[in-house]
Amino acid sequence: MNHSLLMSILILSPFVGFLINGLRYKKHNYLVAGTIATSAVFISFISAVFLVVDLVGLPPDSRRIAVTFFEWIRVANLSVDAGFVVDQISAIMILIITGVGSLIHLFSVGYMHHDKGVAKYFAYLNLFIFNMLLLVLGDNLLVMFVGWEGVGLCSYLLIGFWFTDETKAAAGMKAFVTNRVGDAAFLLGMFILFLTFGTLNFSELNALVPAAAETSWLGAITLGTLFLFVGATGKSAQIPLYIWLPDAMAGPTPVSALIHAATMVTAGVYMIVRLNPMFMMAPNTMMIIAIIGAATAVMAATIGMTQWDIKKVLAYSTVSQLGYMFLACGVGAFGAAMFHLMTHAFFKALMFLGSGSVIHAMHEEQDIRKMGALKKYLPITHFTFLLGWLAIIGIPPFSGFFSKDEILWMSFHSPLGHPVLWAAGALGATLTAFYMTRLMCLTFWGASRVPKGTHPHESPITMTIPLVVLGVLSVIGGWIGIPHIVSDFLGHLPNVWEEWLHPMIKEVPNMGPADASLEWALIATSVGLASVSALVAYHMYVRKPGSASRVADAMGPAYKIVYNKYFIDEAYFAAIINPLVKGSRALWYYVDVNFIDKCTYWAADVAKGGGALIRSLQNGNMQQYAMYIGIGLVVVLSILLMR
Amino acid sequence: MLLSAIVFLPLLFALIIALWPKETSLRHLALGFSLIEFFLSLSVFQKFDPSSASLQLVEKHVWIERFGISYFMGIDGLSLWLVLLTTFLMPIIILASWKSINTRIKGFHACLFILQTAMLGTFLAIDAIFFYIFWELSLVPMYFIVGIWGGSRRIYATVKFFIYTMAGSMLMLVAMIYMMYLTQEATGQMSSNLLDFYKLKIPFIGGQFFSLQTLLFFAFALAFSIKIPLFPLHTWLPDAHVEAPTPGSVVLAGVMLKMGTYGFLRWVIPLFPEASEYWAWLFMLIGVVGIVYGALVAMVQPDVKKLVAYSSVSHMGYIILGLFSFNVFGLQGGLYQMLNHGVSTGALFILIGMIYERTHSREISKYGGLAGVLPLFTIFFFIVTLSSIAVPMTNGFVGEFLILLGTFKVMPVFAYVAVLGVILGAVYMLWMFKRVFFGEPGPLVKDDHHPLHDLNFREVTVLVPLVVMIFWMGLFPNQFLDWSKASVDHLVQNRSAYNLTIYGASATPAAPLVAEPPTPTAEPTTESTPMPEAPSPTTDTTAEPGE
Repeated sequence: MNHSLLMSILILSPFVGFLINGLRYKKHNYLVAGTIATSAVFISFISAVFLVVDLVGLPPDSRRIAVTFFEWIRVANLSVDAGFVVDQISAIMILIITGVGSLIHLFSVGYMHHDKGVAKYFAYLNLFIFNMLLLVLGDNLLVMFVGWEGVGLCSYLLIGFWFTDETKAAAGMKAFVTNRVGDAAFLLGMFILFLTFGTLNFSELNALVPAAAETSWLGAITLGTLFLFVGATGKSAQIPLYIWLPDAMAGPTPVSALIHAATMVTAGVYMIVRLNPMFMMAPNTMMIIAIIGAATAVMAATIGMTQWDIKKVLAYSTVSQLGYMFLACGVGAFGAAMFHLMTHAFFKALMFLGSGSVIHAMHEEQDIRKMGALKKYLPITHFTFLLGWLAIIGIPPFSGFFSKDEILWMSFHSPLGHPVLWAAGALGATLTAFYMTRLMCLTFWGASRVPKGTHPHESPITMTIPLVVLGVLSVIGGWIGIPHIVSDFLGHLPNVWEEWLHPMIKEVPNMGPADASLEWALIATSVGLASVSALVAYHMYVRKPGSASRVADAMGPAYKIVYNKYFIDEAYFAAIINPLVKGSRALWYYVDVNFIDKCTYWAADVAKGGGALIRSLQNGNMQQYAMYIGIGLVVVLSILLMR
Repeated sequence: MLLSAIVFLPLLFALIIALWPKETSLRHLALGFSLIEFFLSLSVFQKFDPSSASLQLVEKHVWIERFGISYFMGIDGLSLWLVLLTTFLMPIIILASWKSINTRIKGFHACLFILQTAMLGTFLAIDAIFFYIFWELSLVPMYFIVGIWGGSRRIYATVKFFIYTMAGSMLMLVAMIYMMYLTQEATGQMSSNLLDFYKLKIPFIGGQFFSLQTLLFFAFALAFSIKIPLFPLHTWLPDAHVEAPTPGSVVLAGVMLKMGTYGFLRWVIPLFPEASEYWAWLFMLIGVVGIVYGALVAMVQPDVKKLVAYSSVSHMGYIILGLFSFNVFGLQGGLYQMLNHGVSTGALFILIGMIYERTHSREISKYGGLAGVLPLFTIFFFIVTLSSIAVPMTNGFVGEFLILLGTFKVMPVFAYVAVLGVILGAVYMLWMFKRVFFGEPGPLVKDDHHPLHDLNFREVTVLVPLVVMIFWMGLFPNQFLDWSKASVDHLVQNRSAYNLTIYGASATPAAPLVAEPPTPTAEPTTESTPMPEAPSPTTDTTAEPGE
């Protein structure tokens, strides 16, 4: 089938959905709005499948379907096309976006059925898919940036969807502004790369990268990639710009699943993988990325251990898992980063939707202290959530095990890696097992703490179908990327993932041969730690409820600090936001009103005073004029005579 | 004849309106006239050759022979879009003030049309004195628009506006007359023709403030800087905007501020190449300070209109930054940003006017929750907000991106600071948006005695063309940039010895510099001996053509 037609359908179908629902923004019928929006994304999914099938049919080294619609901006040597490319990397993304996206749209039909703004909701959701597709399909940095800001905009609209609540509107704004900080850096990164290489096109940039790595911190590639990475920390919620993501949970839960777990927040990872030959040549940037990724993974996991809001736990878990993806990028394991991106999209979307199902059942209650023993009321939700739990804590053969194991192994083994990075990753995995088990225990298991009058019930079928599909994917999703060492053991299963991405990924130079026994030992260690940690959590929250709070009390201030998210928000407020607002008020009052404007008054007064002075000379009094003439005469004459 | 018709037809309209016997059909008449004018200006596209950098559709007649003053008009890529912007906004302004201007309708519309003539003349005049007449003429109707139909402190604001701009213009007039004198020194025939001015080689001594070119440069630059207005000459603007009626604000922000930036593009940069280059750092610094300062002060304004006024200071900072980067990116971006600002800030003022008509308040803290009550209004306001904060796919992004790229190319340090404006822009606009449209309904919004009504058909008609332009310019910028490309390229490549030829005329190739520098004897200032150009900090980075 015609590729440009398929590409148009892929991209424009959600946009048409947005327009239709946007024009019916006053309508309340959730079935009509939901059907329009879901089918719009599903049509996209179908065309994505067609495109990917065609892509698979091409020989591995020329797998690339490019469509250019028109030239967007042309100024001097800057020429930016509205061009879109499906290749090995974007193929994965479009399947995730439209596939998981369709499921989440379907879930939303049930979830949002009582909301009055349902047409508006679906319009925003479709607009998001459209922008996300622009982001991943764009063949150059500027088109990517269009989607990059576009998804941020949709995120803003959806976080603040229930805008009459001041805090929700504030959360939306916080997300947008924090993202803007990253976007400003992204712009600078683009400028540096464009002025160095004369193009913003991905394939051209990757082809122009010099062969030798750049060692200077101030080199164009290092600086350019660093700025792009700062952009990524905004969009993908990494230190220091992660603060918006937990607040973003103010949005409807399916939005959290789609935008703040499966798709948008992975954009930063995607961007780095897209430009991996470029990043590879900037080892300093790579080091920073790995450190930030590992630090975020651990820090967010510690906060996740202390939160009581089911969505907040998942939010910090997302921040932490994104940290793993950046760790992978930083050690040159771009394939593993993409792999984890995909498995995470499955299991985290699953868990967010599961939490949505729980919240729905609990009549908008999100506090896990008021849950417990929901297993019997929500059997499907519980079972699928269980699969997600096993996947994220990395129990084989669930999907998360394969992707996380690959990252941990590479962070140890790669020349860009370091045992400390591995240790941080393993620690993060241990903490992850703890807080996810804690979440399972407090929500589904143990004793019921459900308040009287609440009658939890299983969700309707439109909500459980997506759960089941994502549950299956969370189990089997990892099987396409089985590591060599395991596949050798199982009888030479192919690593489809690695073969698929191979032409797009630049190999890490000087990679030593893998030591099988070491790799087994590391796998055993991380799985062992996770299992023990999960058992401890089970013990603390199911067997001996109450022991957890004793531990927390024993920790004292340390617990308080973690519970309050290290007071980072407060620090930002104290160090940046409050001084900025106060300083601006001072600027307005002291500089603008009382200095600059006063200066103009002063200038006016001088003119006026001067005028008054001269006016007083011309008062119409004849005698005075005569006197002036007399004085003048004397002066002139005396000058003439003195000469 | 086309340009003359475009410039003077509004004056004729003003006359007809002034003499029209009835007040009832006056608005329809004015709207019809403004549409005729708009369609007439569209016909420029038919005759304009975008591949040429020359002055086109030229009309030149001797006016005052003794002083070489001529009736001289022409259009090129630098002025084309500003002319279109002026004629495009006028019908929108008239329709937007349909209900808000209720007194002295006749005088109001006559003023608007006189103002239109003045603005168009400013963009099209290629003779210094001719230009100056239009430049000053524009003050008069604006003075009345603010002074008669304005808010409670209108007299204060309009006098401040008038005197402030007038003071700057006086210096420019002196500089123009001096340049006429220089043409006489050089050629024996006095001329106020801009093309003759371009041929002058005015002595420049770097590092010395009291050298001829530097003085003339600053005389012009001061007049234009006040008009733009650049920091720290901006304090007339918030007052004028707050007191002006909606149509006044729209014209002021939409078109009149661009007279200043256009002045830099048409007069200052080509006339004083060495001085512009030497002082580029200063204007880029002022631009950057303006971007950040305007944004910060806008952030803490309690009045929506004042907020938008300060945001103009910030946006104007971008434009001046782009113009003084002297490369194609910066200049095209600056030119584009002029149009963007006209469209999006114009739209913002119109929207603020619409809500003011309903509630008679602009105080942000009295609003809240407006999105729940006026959904349609909210959608329009949001789209315009996006354009103002330069979200991609809207017009604002293209301009801001090109300006920042052009700045980064020559002076990365200014670009690093200017991107703060990208962040702060989102902060002040979205913060305002949040407080006005989100949250619990505020006192003005839930007033049961005066329920608010969403936009009516007329108001939607006013806003739709602006929104269409926002996306059109954001999605297909080439359709706009291509028309100014030749002129901008020409300016960038020949900046050090700029010349402008007349389209179709048998061009004397690369007009030789007919003007000799004034001899020291004829010149009261003794330091005007031409000297080898002093090394300037910017020469190595700014002078390159845009590939």
